[in-house]
Amino acid sequence: MEDLDQFREDTRQWLEANCPPSQRQPSTPEEQYWGGRRGEFASADSQLWFERMRERGWTAPEWPTIYGGGGLSPQQGQVLKEEMKRIRARSPLYSLGLWMLGPALLEDGTEEQKQKHLRAIVNGEVRWCQGYSEPGAGSDLASLQTRAEDKGDHFLVNGSKIWTTAADKSDWIFCLVRTDPTVKKQVGISFLLIDMASPGVSTTPIALISGESEFCQTFFDNVTVPKENLVGGLNKGWSVAKALLVHERKLMAEIGSESPRQEVPPVEAARSYLEFVDGRIANSQLRSDLVSFEMRMHAIALTHMRGFEERANGQQSTVGMSMKYLGTEAVKEKSELLLAIMGSRGLGWEAPGFTPEELDTTRLWAGSKAMTIAGGTTEVQLNVIARNILQLPQAPKAATES
Amino acid sequence: MALVLNEEQRLLAETARDFLEKHAPVTALRALRDSRDSNGYSQALWQQMAEMGWASVILPERYGGLEFGFTGLGVLLQESGRTLAASPLFATAVVGASAILLGGTAAQREEYLPPLAAGELTLALALEESQHHRPLHIETQAELKGDSLTLNGEKCFVLDGHSADLLLVVARTAGEPGDRAGLSVVLVPRDRAGVECQRTFMVDSRNAANIRFNNVIVPAAAILGEPGTAGDWLDAVLDRGRVALAAEMLGCAEEVFSRTVAWLKERVQFGVPIGSFQALQHRASRLQAELELARSVVLQALATVDDNPQQLPLIASLAKAQLNELVKLATNEAVQLHGGIGVTDELEIGFFLKRARVTMQILGDTGFHKDRYASIEGY
Repeated sequence: MEDLDQFREDTRQWLEANCPPSQRQPSTPEEQYWGGRRGEFASADSQLWFERMRERGWTAPEWPTIYGGGGLSPQQGQVLKEEMKRIRARSPLYSLGLWMLGPALLEDGTEEQKQKHLRAIVNGEVRWCQGYSEPGAGSDLASLQTRAEDKGDHFLVNGSKIWTTAADKSDWIFCLVRTDPTVKKQVGISFLLIDMASPGVSTTPIALISGESEFCQTFFDNVTVPKENLVGGLNKGWSVAKALLVHERKLMAEIGSESPRQEVPPVEAARSYLEFVDGRIANSQLRSDLVSFEMRMHAIALTHMRGFEERANGQQSTVGMSMKYLGTEAVKEKSELLLAIMGSRGLGWEAPGFTPEELDTTRLWAGSKAMTIAGGTTEVQLNVIARNILQLPQAPKAATES
Repeated sequence: MALVLNEEQRLLAETARDFLEKHAPVTALRALRDSRDSNGYSQALWQQMAEMGWASVILPERYGGLEFGFTGLGVLLQESGRTLAASPLFATAVVGASAILLGGTAAQREEYLPPLAAGELTLALALEESQHHRPLHIETQAELKGDSLTLNGEKCFVLDGHSADLLLVVARTAGEPGDRAGLSVVLVPRDRAGVECQRTFMVDSRNAANIRFNNVIVPAAAILGEPGTAGDWLDAVLDRGRVALAAEMLGCAEEVFSRTVAWLKERVQFGVPIGSFQALQHRASRLQAELELARSVVLQALATVDDNPQQLPLIASLAKAQLNELVKLATNEAVQLHGGIGVTDELEIGFFLKRARVTMQILGDTGFHKDRYASIEGY
């Protein structure tokens, strides 16, 4: 405990000395550094912050130092998170490689794969995207059809992936592919790493209701992939993916508690947009909705903390299973609340007549609708809780995800 | 680590669960109800609880207390919520003990806490004067004349009011209804001349009373602490009560939920257990997630009483409001998911439903606590 206090003290001092003031405020999407061959820093400070953190291995604080990580214990990692949050320090590197692929490789990758890919992730050299869903395989992910045929010394990949976030800006993609079409659907799936620069790979962005198009559809037309890019063994992809999904849901749940984008906190919005009488919001319905939301966020924050304390205490924790559902539903609720608080000022699509924050809020509202769909819909989350925690019997024909 | 129980607290919870399942299951409450028991609880049970130290969990050792902290008391309440154990635990060991501890003079603490710890003294807070919780809206008058005090007024929804030895009467020695200044808490033996007590039979089969004070005369020294200053500490007493109730409600919700999930696995319709239907699974899963939130809130609130009392008003209102909503949802869902059997008196689910409604009103409904939370946060 004393060591941890010392670590906190040292970390606090180091962050104080090394995190540029411009990096101590929430970042807009344009200001985030995602790395990769096409990655660009939005400012010199952003680059400086990234490089300083990278030198300490703190782009991946809890990864082993031999792969370029910081080698911190989970407790130290939590302290670093808390200290960064305290000064509102940005993440120096946003990366699916860090959040999702890396942890999966650490668990299931070969030594060669770890050597080849982990350091490139830590250093921000390679940007990864995820190829799971297909036009015909959403919540029923295991029905995916993208084929990887064994051609002796390589796989030949054909098919298409959808909702591949930022595929048009990424260097590599980790994919679930069908390697055996003759067996039960979960069994014939493998986890494959594919270089997006390979001949036959192409991407098309998808326009969304939020006006953004961060998602793409990615096509594979006779793409040759070396055998060494198989992770976790032939036809073992489903278990790799399940482990990785846990990382993804944790991430989605965390987004629920700290939005990286510039959204006005609802209480602050209420002060700007609502009439107050005797220190209270005059509109009783909005006041009631606001306090209900604030109380719920308070409870969610405490529950995050409880989950952490339980794990740190070596206890089994069921909290994580509910957090994706709770966190993402709360994000949607927050957006609806903000729109209601802002009235017609929350309904602008573009300037003039609206501030950038107002326009952001409106678009985030539209974007928030994806939160309870991506990474496992709310309904799939509820299936998981029913089966894994409550141990209710399997639905005869209902959609389930095993 | 406020959000996980330590080894001692876990052990206390386990002991309490075993004890209550054996000595105070829901069938015991049913028996008290059906026999129209004159106390509304078993005195033998309360004696056993006191011997185990339950009456004195939060009291300092010098008064014969366990000095186990508020979280310790909370786990007892939570376990009591699971079996709906009727006892003076809430009125005496939580609210009464806290009032004397926080409001009493040194002499009053010496006089009342040791017998309370021993299970020889039960208390009841006579606070409410209308059908909704309004802790400052007190009309009951306590008139000081020399060294005696004359009480006049009417109280309702006094928990344990017809069985307690001593009433803690919230009265006005000065000021107008709504004022914080001028409130006093007066210790009145229930058998004092002029105390007119009407036992009310409540939906939850637990104790409550309407009490009228007709020129009740007590010594001026019966005021807890200094006259007119109860407004300074009464909120802290009520907040402790709210947090303890939230713990009881959590136990109640956990128990009905686990009975409901068990039923979903057991009940067969259309040739399959009804728990295999997705429509029902999702309702159960949502409740599971709500329970996760409630557990965190209750643990944090319990720890806040001892560790961070200046945060108590906010977290107590959070806990009471959240648990009000949870216990309402959990009991309503329990009845509906049990189907026809859910509305029979034979099934115990109805007892939980009814107890839940009473706990939702005690010391503030959801609206009261949402308003308080918003006011504390400045909107």
